[in-house]
Amino acid sequence: MELYNLTAHEAAAFLKEKKVSSVELTKAALGRIDAVEDKVGGYITVLRDEALKDAEKADAAIAAGEGSDFTGIPMAIKDNICTEGVLTTCASKMLYNFVSPYDATVVKKLKAEKPVFLGKANMDEFAMGSTTEHSYFKKTGNPHDVTRVPGGSSGGSAAVVSADEAFIALGSDTGGSIRQPASFCGVVGMKPTYGLVSRFGLVAFASSLDQIGTLSKDVEDCAAMLNVITGHDEMDSTSLDVEYPDYKSALKNDVKGLKIGLPKEYFEAASDEVKTAVLAAAKKFEEMGAFVEECSLSKMKYALPAYYIISSAEASSNLARYDGIKYGYRTEKFDDLIDLYTKTRSEGFGEEVKRRIMLGTYALSSGYYDAYYKKAQQVRTLIKNDFDSAFETFDVLLTPTAPTAAWKIGEKITDPMQMYAADVCTVSVNIAGLPGLALPCGKDANNMPIGMQLIGKPFGETTLLRAAYTFEQNSAFKNMKPVL
Amino acid sequence: MQISISDVEHVAKLARLHLTEDELHAMQKDLGDIIEFADTLNSLDTEGVNPSAHAVAVQNVLREDETKESFDREKLLMNAPMQEDGCYIVPKVVE
Amino acid sequence: MEFETVIGLEVHAELATKSKAFCGCSTQFGGEENTHCCPICTGMPGVLPVLNKKVVDFCIKAGLATNCSITPYGKQDRKNYFYPDLPKAYQISQYDLPISHDGYIDIVADGHERRVGITRIHIEEDAGKLVHDAFASGTKVDYNRCGVPLIEIVTEPDIRSSEEARVFLETLKNILMYIEVSDCKMQEGSLRCDVNLSVRPVGQKEYGTRCEMKNVNSFSAAVRSMEYEKKRQIDLILSGGTVTQETRRWDDEKGHSTVMRTKEDAQDYRYFPDPDLMPIVIDEAWVERIRKTLPELPEAKKARYVKDFALPEYDAEFITASKALAAFFDSAVDAGAQPKAASNWIMSDMSKIMNDEEILPEDIPFTGKDLADLIALIDKGTISGSIAKKVLRFMFDEEGKTPEEIVKEKGMVQISDEGAIKDLIMSVLAQNEKSVNDYKNGKKNAVGFLVGQCMKASRGKANPQLINKLLNEALENI
Repeated sequence: MELYNLTAHEAAAFLKEKKVSSVELTKAALGRIDAVEDKVGGYITVLRDEALKDAEKADAAIAAGEGSDFTGIPMAIKDNICTEGVLTTCASKMLYNFVSPYDATVVKKLKAEKPVFLGKANMDEFAMGSTTEHSYFKKTGNPHDVTRVPGGSSGGSAAVVSADEAFIALGSDTGGSIRQPASFCGVVGMKPTYGLVSRFGLVAFASSLDQIGTLSKDVEDCAAMLNVITGHDEMDSTSLDVEYPDYKSALKNDVKGLKIGLPKEYFEAASDEVKTAVLAAAKKFEEMGAFVEECSLSKMKYALPAYYIISSAEASSNLARYDGIKYGYRTEKFDDLIDLYTKTRSEGFGEEVKRRIMLGTYALSSGYYDAYYKKAQQVRTLIKNDFDSAFETFDVLLTPTAPTAAWKIGEKITDPMQMYAADVCTVSVNIAGLPGLALPCGKDANNMPIGMQLIGKPFGETTLLRAAYTFEQNSAFKNMKPVL
Repeated sequence: MQISISDVEHVAKLARLHLTEDELHAMQKDLGDIIEFADTLNSLDTEGVNPSAHAVAVQNVLREDETKESFDREKLLMNAPMQEDGCYIVPKVVE
Repeated sequence: MEFETVIGLEVHAELATKSKAFCGCSTQFGGEENTHCCPICTGMPGVLPVLNKKVVDFCIKAGLATNCSITPYGKQDRKNYFYPDLPKAYQISQYDLPISHDGYIDIVADGHERRVGITRIHIEEDAGKLVHDAFASGTKVDYNRCGVPLIEIVTEPDIRSSEEARVFLETLKNILMYIEVSDCKMQEGSLRCDVNLSVRPVGQKEYGTRCEMKNVNSFSAAVRSMEYEKKRQIDLILSGGTVTQETRRWDDEKGHSTVMRTKEDAQDYRYFPDPDLMPIVIDEAWVERIRKTLPELPEAKKARYVKDFALPEYDAEFITASKALAAFFDSAVDAGAQPKAASNWIMSDMSKIMNDEEILPEDIPFTGKDLADLIALIDKGTISGSIAKKVLRFMFDEEGKTPEEIVKEKGMVQISDEGAIKDLIMSVLAQNEKSVNDYKNGKKNAVGFLVGQCMKASRGKANPQLINKLLNEALENI
């Protein structure tokens, strides 16, 4: 067992007991990055010197008796979360040189804990994609098989946690971008209820769907991180002003009486291997005292088209600000203003981003708004109603996270429709603003991790954490280590 | 629904994107496929259903009219591809 | 063929809030370029807007002051277009659910009354400024004004002449200043208007094709642009052409307009609800709270002056046309001035000085109470009316001095001592034997000349009534 193999809470315990220093943990993590990053390619920026300085500060704080759960813990931040004085590229040529002049709220909250920022994690450009292949900078390999994709868009965050190149990472999830790569890489991924984590400083993809969340080695780390990053923020109008619980107190090894629904539509979309693994997990829950029953969410099949309309429409507007004037890439030769805009944007954005901007612009354009955008917003209402009625009966819904385990790099990149179909199990959760947690529940024939998804009611994080924690404590799939 | 090349060109113009001839045709196909997929929404009756712009029902999120110190100008402009005298610079605009 | 002009206006007024619409940056006018800015109002990646509550309050207030209904449910939408003064490439505005809607303003112009419908008043954010500097490598962009809150007031096409439009704009400006939602300084761009104009043959029901005029920077420019556009359209029709729908840019210096864009390249703004902002729900209590803050509006004030103070309609109109002047008048009356006397002073002597020296009502260097005191000095006989005019002059010139102080300092107290005046008359009579003789020979108008000589001898300080009385007595006795 190496230091970098530890979970964040194990490492924190070592720090507290003075068995190890933050500098040692950081060196271990940097050493691991040196050893495997060539193969994994999970980072866009590694903050080598800064990380060691962070570690020294953390050690001083710990020596002064000030430490908390993440003091001195080396971690990664997805590269669409603004970090002051550090490159924040969104894996786009458009922001290849953008140094954020301010910290995102989550980064501010984290900094108060004195953690160690190891670097900024790779992702699909502007978080649009399911494989991290749409990064301008590099492709990330799945640590379980580097010829396969790590999922996306938070593929870098998932890969570096899975490969022990970070103890924990932050990601963002607009349609499954935390949960799907977590499942592909065999780690725990949590997208909280919309509004629980401030979006201030998260570079927007689709504002009504985006939510920051965690990628961690186990459920306990996830709960501890939620304690840090959730909370009302006056800088974000969509941030919720509610009572925030202590998420760690939800970590109980007990699911007796928990009512779990299995929405059949999600299983119909999945491969046999995935279906078998998730149903086995359902059986395990039943054995542990939960009440498990099949149910139906009939509007589920409309979630994917509605998601692509809503997210692309919002994106087309959110990404209009990248024009070569205030920051980021600017084309070299141009005749006039329009030419500057057009060339900058055509050269600065990748193919997938352009596709979404085009789709979103189309859906909002004169004559099509009602048919597509408004229609999708109405469908959103119906999907929410669908979930509401399911949650009258069930505490939690259990589904596959993705129809299959990770596929080969390059396999689906040429067919956007096939790529989009991979999000079928996750997008409805964003559309309804619900919390979703992905955790490992098996492996496929290629020895690639399979993940299940637990969906909760709004603010149902504690129930999800309890169910996930119980499963993790009683299953053989905890902390699936890749061989690298 | 079929999308014409001129539709694609119009949308690209709105989005300030230039597509090469090849890209135009590829985009026509991709957009057509996605729009066709989106058209499955039409089989759902949404008569009288309120559209939801947000997943959560929160209203009146407002701040008091208080000023905060403005940002350091140098820091504000540090990412600008071109700046002069504390201003962003764009090609000469004739109004 | 006779034509009728049909005009609708879109007026933008910057709101008098301390901070911008969606961030805490100051709205103060001026300042070095890009120093009233932050990541939010310059559209950095990742930033989010939070609406200033005062902006909603002010939009409700403007709505109530123009007889609008207030929406119980409002939302904010994004208006998408690319321009360097708009750093997010969308403006946060309101599309289909404006805060205030369906109101009206009554005006009197060209001698008749007209009710101009207010279609809507919505909130939005201002854009930045492009600075054209011959020495710079390109056009400079300054975001200081970017994000300053605005209300846009849209009228129905109810206006029928440029004079009506002018009166409407003056009336609207006056209301906005009365309710203190905007300082309406046109020179600082805090009040701007776009003009929509069409013509149609008198008697025709359908509207003609309209053109929109932008870059109208003053009310007089608005009038000029409308006269130009009316003529342009009529000439076009009379020469067999047709008006095409277009947006035109008014060049006030050259006195003509040019095409900015035609209907074909009309922008597609792709409005949609801003997902970063939550709905605005306005209940009765909120509306009532704002209603309570409404001051007496110009129309009501004018009616009250006519009814309670018996001021002529013209005087009442003149005084209420400026909130500052009306406040000055009110404070004079409150300090005991007879309303008609106060109004007379304001309308004649004060206005003359203010006109000549371009002094705005808000810059009058003395108070309404000072004017009341001045009038009281006349009533008490301390000074004459003509001396009072001189005192008024000093009140404008020597700020901070009360009329009493000026009268005392300058030795302007009226001579009302009969003995002193008799002595003065005697010496005047002695020096003007010819006039005395004229009088005796029946030329009664010689009295006027002698009164003048007495006043002159007293350097204006003698009580004129006393001089009249005592001079007549003296002449009778000769």
